[in-house]
Formats: sequence, structure tokens, C-alpha cells
Amino acid sequence: MKKVKAEQKKLISFTVNGDDVKVEISADTRLIDVLRNKLNLTGTKEGCGIGECGACTVLMDGKPVNSCLVPAFQVEGSVIETVEGLDKSGELHPLQEAFVEHTAIQCGYCTPGMLMSALALLRENPKPTREEIARAISGNLCRCTGYHQIIAAIEDASAKIRLSE
Amino acid sequence: MSSFTVVNHPISRIDAIEKVTGRAEFTDDLAFDGMLHGRVLRAKYPHAKILELDTRKAEELPGVVAVITYADIPGAQAIGPVRPDMPVFVSTRTMYLGDAVAMVVAETPEIANRALALIRVEYEELPTIFDVEEAVSEGALQLHKDYPGNIVNHYPLRKGNVEEGFKESDIVLERTYTTQLIEHAYIEPEAAVAVPGAADGTVTVYGSIQNPFTARRHVAQVLGVSLNRVRIIQCAMGGSFGGKDDVVSAICARAAVAALKTGRPVKIVNTREESIIESYKRHPYVMKYKVGATRCGKLRAMEIHILADAGSYVSMTPFVTWRSVVQATGPYEVPNVKTDVYGVFTNNTYTGAMRGFGSPQIIFAQESLMDELAEELGMDPLEFRLANAFKQGSVTASGQILDEHTVSLVQVIEKATEAIGYSEKRKAYAENKAQKGKVRGVGFAASYRGVSLGAEGVDAAGALVSVQPDGSVYLHSGLAENGQGLKTIFSQIAAEELGCRFEDIVFMDTDTSVIPDSGATVASRSTTMGGSAVRDAAKKVREVLLGVAAELLNAPYEEITAAGGKMYVNEDPARCMEFKDVAKAAYGKGQLMAAIGWYQAPRVSWDEKTGQGKAYFTYVYGCQAAEVEVDCDTGQVKVLKVAAAHDVGRAINPATVEGQIYGGVTMGMGYGILEEVELQDGVTKTRNFDEYLIPTSMDVPEIVPIIVENPDSYGPYGAKTIGEPTCELLAPAIANAVYNACGKRIRRLPLDLERVLLGYSLRAARGKRGSDEA
Repeated sequence: MKKVKAEQKKLISFTVNGDDVKVEISADTRLIDVLRNKLNLTGTKEGCGIGECGACTVLMDGKPVNSCLVPAFQVEGSVIETVEGLDKSGELHPLQEAFVEHTAIQCGYCTPGMLMSALALLRENPKPTREEIARAISGNLCRCTGYHQIIAAIEDASAKIRLSE
Repeated sequence: MSSFTVVNHPISRIDAIEKVTGRAEFTDDLAFDGMLHGRVLRAKYPHAKILELDTRKAEELPGVVAVITYADIPGAQAIGPVRPDMPVFVSTRTMYLGDAVAMVVAETPEIANRALALIRVEYEELPTIFDVEEAVSEGALQLHKDYPGNIVNHYPLRKGNVEEGFKESDIVLERTYTTQLIEHAYIEPEAAVAVPGAADGTVTVYGSIQNPFTARRHVAQVLGVSLNRVRIIQCAMGGSFGGKDDVVSAICARAAVAALKTGRPVKIVNTREESIIESYKRHPYVMKYKVGATRCGKLRAMEIHILADAGSYVSMTPFVTWRSVVQATGPYEVPNVKTDVYGVFTNNTYTGAMRGFGSPQIIFAQESLMDELAEELGMDPLEFRLANAFKQGSVTASGQILDEHTVSLVQVIEKATEAIGYSEKRKAYAENKAQKGKVRGVGFAASYRGVSLGAEGVDAAGALVSVQPDGSVYLHSGLAENGQGLKTIFSQIAAEELGCRFEDIVFMDTDTSVIPDSGATVASRSTTMGGSAVRDAAKKVREVLLGVAAELLNAPYEEITAAGGKMYVNEDPARCMEFKDVAKAAYGKGQLMAAIGWYQAPRVSWDEKTGQGKAYFTYVYGCQAAEVEVDCDTGQVKVLKVAAAHDVGRAINPATVEGQIYGGVTMGMGYGILEEVELQDGVTKTRNFDEYLIPTSMDVPEIVPIIVENPDSYGPYGAKTIGEPTCELLAPAIANAVYNACGKRIRRLPLDLERVLLGYSLRAARGKRGSDEA
């Protein structure tokens, strides 16, 4: 019975990075599959498939979620933001600029998810302490950097965003 | 200030923009028309005979295009970096849980998954060995023919006479230290896509491949074709740390076999669970050390016996354990040494290259031992080490005289210990006798490390610099970016040497059809070897351009400087040309503006019987000091602060060097207190990041990176190495700090809650890999 259900198709509508989209999904389609396979937004990465590594973090209605844990049907009507939306204006987002300047990148696989967690933090808390930054990205595993340059970058970006406002 | 224009500056990474925008192409981001998906059926038992393999039902499932087994392999059945003993698909016998039995190739990954369940395999379980000491005991089951006693390899080292040395000693200590099985845990799991070529029998493989030339060799062998029929293109790498070598070669080979059989592109992406089950890991070691010293604190003799768990296949074990035998005494003058290191087969997950490569284990032992011995002698561990430390002209255990580079061991030890306030704090914390609540401690560890491959094997690398008519530059390298920053470092070296601007360079992804075989991107050899090759290539092209500039500026060749995108006359910098205009003119004159650079390592030597010789052409020195807090009620160790001093020769890019230090220290902390792959009778229990814990942003301590620069005579601009030394020191520094905090000497990694509180591990799953009796 379950298998039959999984193969039933359904059309969902939502916005991603400001664009309205309609996508056909099955009951077992995950948000990450929709983004990567249907919409070709491959910036969002899969690292564990169980919501532990955070590489697939995107914002859903402003909140960071592990897109590998979100069933696609739940996305109906919601607002999704991915790393591809950050520089949609044609200019790098201050967070992206800060990651570049602080060498807060090594292999780069965790970077998109890390940026999205940081974005959610700075919208909620424009002046976070280092401790608050560390907590906000504690669901994003990075094996390369030891997190220091990432935390410094987020701190620097928060200052630059405040200055520009 | 630096006298360089591009080198020695903290320039932003050349691949930063593509990585912060999500545009960097990782293997799983690739899609090709008609692409199929491969999913692998793995062994059900770590050691079993395959009686029957029936794939018919799987083949009949709609959407399945093929089921690949050993019978489909046209060439070599097995691969391996040293010995070809790891089957791409097993035919008759499984040796560990990650072995591939068959692979379904289907229109979608979901269909392939469903088909896996339809494959019927009949097994007969075979007797197993999971413990190294059992494996080498008399009468033990023999796992591989041609390897009596389950010994993969044995490296002896003999210097002086240890019996005499122990007689001269006032104090002799014997200690056993053990280390655990750990996982690389790159965040991107292994992946490859093979695309059949237009010409018959050719194939291009894209992948998360640490060593494109190794992958090419293996794919060609498995297909039974010449090397030039296989083209390997490395995609952006989501981390490797030594881990995406032989395991990825096998995946590439499976994809290539399937692509040629079906005539369509085939992609294979491991799940995290498959990655942890299949991929090789860091060797667990059982290390017995006997050390003798005089009352005044001089080391006289060391006898070392090490068993390294190789698991099921040879993989890199002979090379990993070779580094161990060279460096097993640590960076200390010991006149009499007897070392025996053995690689040992078991039915555990096989072990291979991982950042450190045979050093983190022995450094845990020797640096714990140095503290224990100092304590017995009633000496300060710092003074004791300094009294025995390698200095200029010291002789190593293998008889190598250290006189071709600056021996900076004392310098790094002093810098790291001072930064942590070691001497004062150690005395103060040692007084603290509280057995309840939280107590603090400090500790440190030091090491020397041979740069590049040493006497392990052929050591040479190439690069290609090609200046275009508009002054922009292509840079190709045979050594590959793994995330560490190689593209940036190499581009800085090329820009410095050419005199162009950094932003004029485009670094091309490593492609085996373009660049000569440069060996593997391992052993922290990139900057020294590949960097020297880049410099060589750039120098050749610069000479051509300088010749043209000399003519146009009407000045002698040797009086022209190329720097920062300009070429000018030294005496009169106003007489100057843009780099791009020189390139344009050179093109107009029909000059060749491309060159292959090559660098071959200086000679090294090794006597297999005595373990004597010039093991490496140069060495780096490092010291990490840690301050920890131990919760006496729970056994929790919190690392508060780490000072890491590393002599890198010359920091080509101080920002990426610091990145290596932050990352290596953090990985070393995971090894010290958190990480362990649990195998229960060969079955992987920790299969994802909910059970296999790596440090998060909440776990990392304050880290003080201390870059020490003593330029080396071999590396480019004096640069040596940084990748691995950062990752080999923290575990013993923590163990020594824990002792200082609460008086508990823990000789088994990791120092998790149970081992610190109780002295042993509660989980029965452990202990079968020579790490615990419990």
C-alpha cells in the first residue's frame, strides 16, 4: 500500500529565492530533492541525509531547516531561500564577502548551509556575540576549518550590515 | 613587511567566489543526458564465502538497465595502491563489511535501491579475526595466502645496542598505548560519474578524487586498457584528508565498467552510511614502548613494538607504517633504538591514508611517554624534552644527520608552551588535588615530521603555465586541490614568479589528459613538490617574456624586474611595460609562452633490514600546548585553549596556513576526546553523524596559531608543509593536560567520559580492535 502512495504524483507551489515555482512531487520526495533535481539549485548539498551535518540547510519561511528532513509536500505555499538567492542582485551578500575575506572556506561543501544558518541568525539577531554565532552554526558540521575563520567572518559581516543600515 | 609581491600575503582564495555562491561543481552536481545511477550491494558478513549470487530478479525490474558483478570486469579484478588485492566486486569471498558484491545500474537511484533487495546472495560464514594480537598469535587463522602470520609488512629499525642502553639507564619504563579506529568524515561522501567516450573503449571519469593519477591507473587496469584511454577530471572536492584515494578508485572503476557496458553515463554517490562502512580509516595501533634514561634526564635507549591493524586489505599500510618506524622515537636524541612495526591483517574495515599517516598514533605514545618519564625522574616535562630535543646536527633514529635545514624544535616548543603559560600553570594545577568538580590542567606535545614521501617512493611533480596573448594565464597542476587551498597557493607562486597579477591566473581543474603524472596529492607534499614545479614552469615563461621586454625597453635582460603586472628597468622604474603588453608583443613575435615545470625531490635512502638511512630530504617541527578542564564527576574533558606553533619554512599564504592550523587542531581534538568508529565483530555500528561525533562549533577551543618561518633550501621560497603536522599533536597534549589536571594517566584514545571517569570503556562493542580489554 505504502509503495503505491509513494508513487502518486502531486503538484506543489511555493516561492524559491523570490520566484514562484510549481513542482511535481511524490509522497517521499524531500525538499532537497526538489531543489537539486527539479530546480537545478545544486548549491544546497547533501552530507548525511539525517539532518545531522547541516550541509543542506535552507531557509523555510525565514527559519533554517535541514532540507533533507523536510517532506516536499510540506513546502506548499512556503517561502524558500537557498544559497543561490544570496547574490541574486548581482552583488555578493555581506556574509559571502566576509567568508571570502576571512578565508572562511576550505573545501566549500559545508559553506552554502553555513551561510544560510548565518543569514537566519543575523536577521533575528543583528549583533550576535561569538558565543551566539557558534551556537547558531552548531548544526552545521565543518571538517576542514575548525570554525574559527567562519565565526570571525559572520561577526565581521554583522558589523558591516549594521553599518550599512 | 614581506619582500614578496604575491607570495607570503594572506590573499583571498582563488576558488572562494564559486564556493560562497554555491556554483562550485561537486561531483553529485553533475548531470549528463541519459545518465544512469549505480547502487552497490555490500557484503552481509565481514568474512564469508559466496556460494551463490543470483541477480536475475533485479535485472527484470523495470528501469534496471544492468546488474554489474565481477563477471563484467574486462581487466584486473582487484586494485590497490601498493598491492592489487582489493576486489572491485568480490567473486568468492568477502573480507570486510564494505566489500561490493554487485551493483544495480538503473534509470533512477530509487529504482536501483529497490532492485538491490531483489539480489539473492547465499553466504557461508567463515571464521574471523578482529584483534591484531590474536591475528599474530601462533596458529591463528590465515586470512590471505602469501602473508604468513597475517603480517602485511614488518619494518625493523636498529641503532646502537638497546641492551647496553638499558644497562646504562637508571630508570627504565615500559608502557603500552593504544589508539582507535577513526573516520575521515569529509562532509561530501564519495562520488564519481563515468561517461563513455565517442572513441571505442575510452572513458572520462569525473569524481571526488584525491589522486587523479592513481584513479586513472586503477580504472585503466580494471578496464584492461592503456592509460591514455582513461581521462580523469577532478571535480570540486568536499574534503578528503587522505580518504578519497583507493576507495574512490574502486568507485570510479565500478562506474567505468558500468558506463562501458551500458554505453551511458553512470553516476555513483555513496550515502553517508555507505561511506562510513566502505571507506578505509586511520589505523588503530597497539604500541609497546620501553624507554631508559639516566638520572640526570638523558635518554639512553628505546625499544618499540607496534602492531598496526590493516584490516582486510593492504591499501597504504606499508607506507603508513613506514612513516611510523622512521618517527617512532619522537624528535629526541636516543643513542640506542630497536623498533619493530608490523602491519597486520584482520577482518575489520581496512585502513589506509588519513591526515597524519602513521604519525598521530606514535606521537600519542611517545609524547605521553615523555611526560611519564619526566614524572618518574622528578623533572619538569618541558626541561626534560629540551634536554633531549633534536638540535642542529642531531642524529635521528635512522642515523640521518639533521644539518640541511633549520632544526627549530626548541623554538616551536618554547613558543607554544609560552603562549599557553605552561610552566607556571603546570605547577599551579599540579597542586590541585580535588577529586570532585572541575579542575584544570596543561600539557603539550612536540613532533618532527618528514616532508613529502621520503624513501616511500618516486617523488616528482609537474605543472603547466600558459600565458595567453592578452596576458592572462592558465595554470595546470598534476597535484590536486582537495579543499586545502592548493589552487590559491600555486597561483600565488605562479604570479610571483611570472610577475603578473594574482587575478590574471585561472587555475584549471586537474585533468590527467593535460598534465604529466605527478603522483598523489598526499604526504603534505603539494607546496614543496608541486609548488616547486609551478615555480619552475613560471620561471621558464618569465625568461621568454623578459627577453621580449628587454628588447622593447631597450635595457639588458638582467636589469628588468617583473612584478605586480609590470615589467620595469631596475634603475629607472618609469621605463616600464604592462605585463599584458609584453605578452601581446611576445605573441606577435611568435614566442612560446607556455612551459611545463618539473620538480624531482632530492635523493633519499633507506635500508630495509636495518632501518637506517636518509629517510626524508627535509623535516618540519611543531608543538601544540593545551589547557583543559576536566569534570571529575562526569569525566568530561573540555579543551579551553590550544597554542599551535608550526615551522612552515615560509607561509606562502598566512591565511590558509592559519586555516590549516585551526582545522588540523580541531581534527586532532576529535581524535583525542570524541571520535571512534565502533566495530562489533567487524560490523560498523557508528554509521552516521548522529553516532560518529566530530567537533562542532560549540566544541572548538580558543586556538592561537603561531607561524614560525625558517626558510628551507628545497621548497619554493623556502616553503615546507603544514597540512598534516597540525593534526598529529593535540591528542597527547590533551592526555598530558588531563594528567596535570586530575592525576589520571590515560593510555588509550579517545579520552571520552568513560575512559576518563572509569579508566575503561563501557561499550561492549569496543575492544575488538586492540583498543580495550573491556
